[in-house]
Amino acid sequence: MIEIKGLSKRFSTANGTLLALDNVNLTLEKGELVGIIGMSGAGKTTLLRCLSLLERPDEGEIVIDHLNLLDARDDRMREYRQKIGVVFQGNQLLKQRNVYDNIVFPLTLKNRKKDEYDERIKQLIELVGLTGKEKSYPSQLSGGQKQRVAIARALASEPDLLLFDEPTSALDSITTRALLELLKEIHLKTQATILIITHELSVVEKVCEKVVVIDGGQFIEEGKVSDIFNNPKHKTTRLLLGLED
Amino acid sequence: MTNSQLFELLSQGFIDTCWIILGSSFVAYAFGFPLGVLITLTRKDGLYPKPVLSLGLNRVINVFRSVPFYILVVALMPLSRFVVGTSLGIKATIFSLSVGAIPFVARLVESALLEVDQDMIESVITMGATKLQIVIQVLLREALPQLIQGLSITMIMLVGYSAMAGLMGGGGLGDIAIRYGYYRYNYTIMYYALIILIVCVEFIQTTIGWIVRKIDKRN
Repeated sequence: MIEIKGLSKRFSTANGTLLALDNVNLTLEKGELVGIIGMSGAGKTTLLRCLSLLERPDEGEIVIDHLNLLDARDDRMREYRQKIGVVFQGNQLLKQRNVYDNIVFPLTLKNRKKDEYDERIKQLIELVGLTGKEKSYPSQLSGGQKQRVAIARALASEPDLLLFDEPTSALDSITTRALLELLKEIHLKTQATILIITHELSVVEKVCEKVVVIDGGQFIEEGKVSDIFNNPKHKTTRLLLGLED
Repeated sequence: MTNSQLFELLSQGFIDTCWIILGSSFVAYAFGFPLGVLITLTRKDGLYPKPVLSLGLNRVINVFRSVPFYILVVALMPLSRFVVGTSLGIKATIFSLSVGAIPFVARLVESALLEVDQDMIESVITMGATKLQIVIQVLLREALPQLIQGLSITMIMLVGYSAMAGLMGGGGLGDIAIRYGYYRYNYTIMYYALIILIVCVEFIQTTIGWIVRKIDKRN
């Protein structure tokens, strides 16, 4: 179980303090696939940066198996970070390393012998449908293939939580559909807990079980996708669904 | 001058020039490379932000970079006598060229490292990489083609500067071109020296360019 408790983050700007995240709470059961949707400026990026431990929230806890990740000291930071795998929007692969070496990279950070992971890496490459591309470099891959490598790499250290940041925003509609299919398949096979942060309705609609609507740094609505989409309560949700303008 | 004397003169000049280029590149990188890494890491958005150190180092580099090279060589003469025991010949030239090139190399290294995508570095941070791992396995490795390209730029610049140091009796082909061509109007020798210098530059550019293309996987 993963719990996000009372997460708040402030930024000081020229016009005073900006409350980018305002006391957000969320509980993810193991194996859940949840989408967080919101318009730009709603706090999605800040939330992602806090959850991926790139940014330190001012208040709150991120608890995985009774362990608050924000308590981490430097010496345990690596271990904590490896509990969360992140797939970013773009430009995240190491350009001077091939597909295989990119995927094995997070594992070699703690143990340099990459041979030990050979079987696992081959399975991951097969899982994301890139068999035969092991020796290719990122510059030789399409946008969709790069995302697949990024997904395999995020899965490599068997994270408790897999975090996606706008996974399809840079892809065309056909590639998007294929990638979402892959996402569902991965979820089915690995039973990973997945959180997708996006502004695209279709992503949530196609793959998520649960959805959380974020606006003004707050979670304004959450529930089963079908419930929320058929019966939106909040104005922003209706805006997102195109029921109001 | 007989042909064999001419040959001897030019081949000695060539060998001296090679030593000057190799020696000063080596010394310039021995100091300039770590300096370049340091100024990159200590930037305020770097991995180890140290604003005061960063400001100080950048000031010093800019001062050295803004002194015209020829003036710098003259200014370094007393120091050269103190450090390598002479202000003439190859040793003195290597000394002053190295000192002049250190800040240049530092800037080249810095710009190569800054090209590495910030998003990529962040994604590596989320995997739990230590700062040292990021520097060695990501920053330096991803910037390698550009770093090597920088070596080519530095060496070619040093070929030019070594000829300038010839104005002050610095040894090498530049020295020969000036002594025979400029002071004694022996244009033949000057043009021979010139051709060899051009070949040197071409050789450096082609060889290093080939290596860079081999290892660059970015496109």
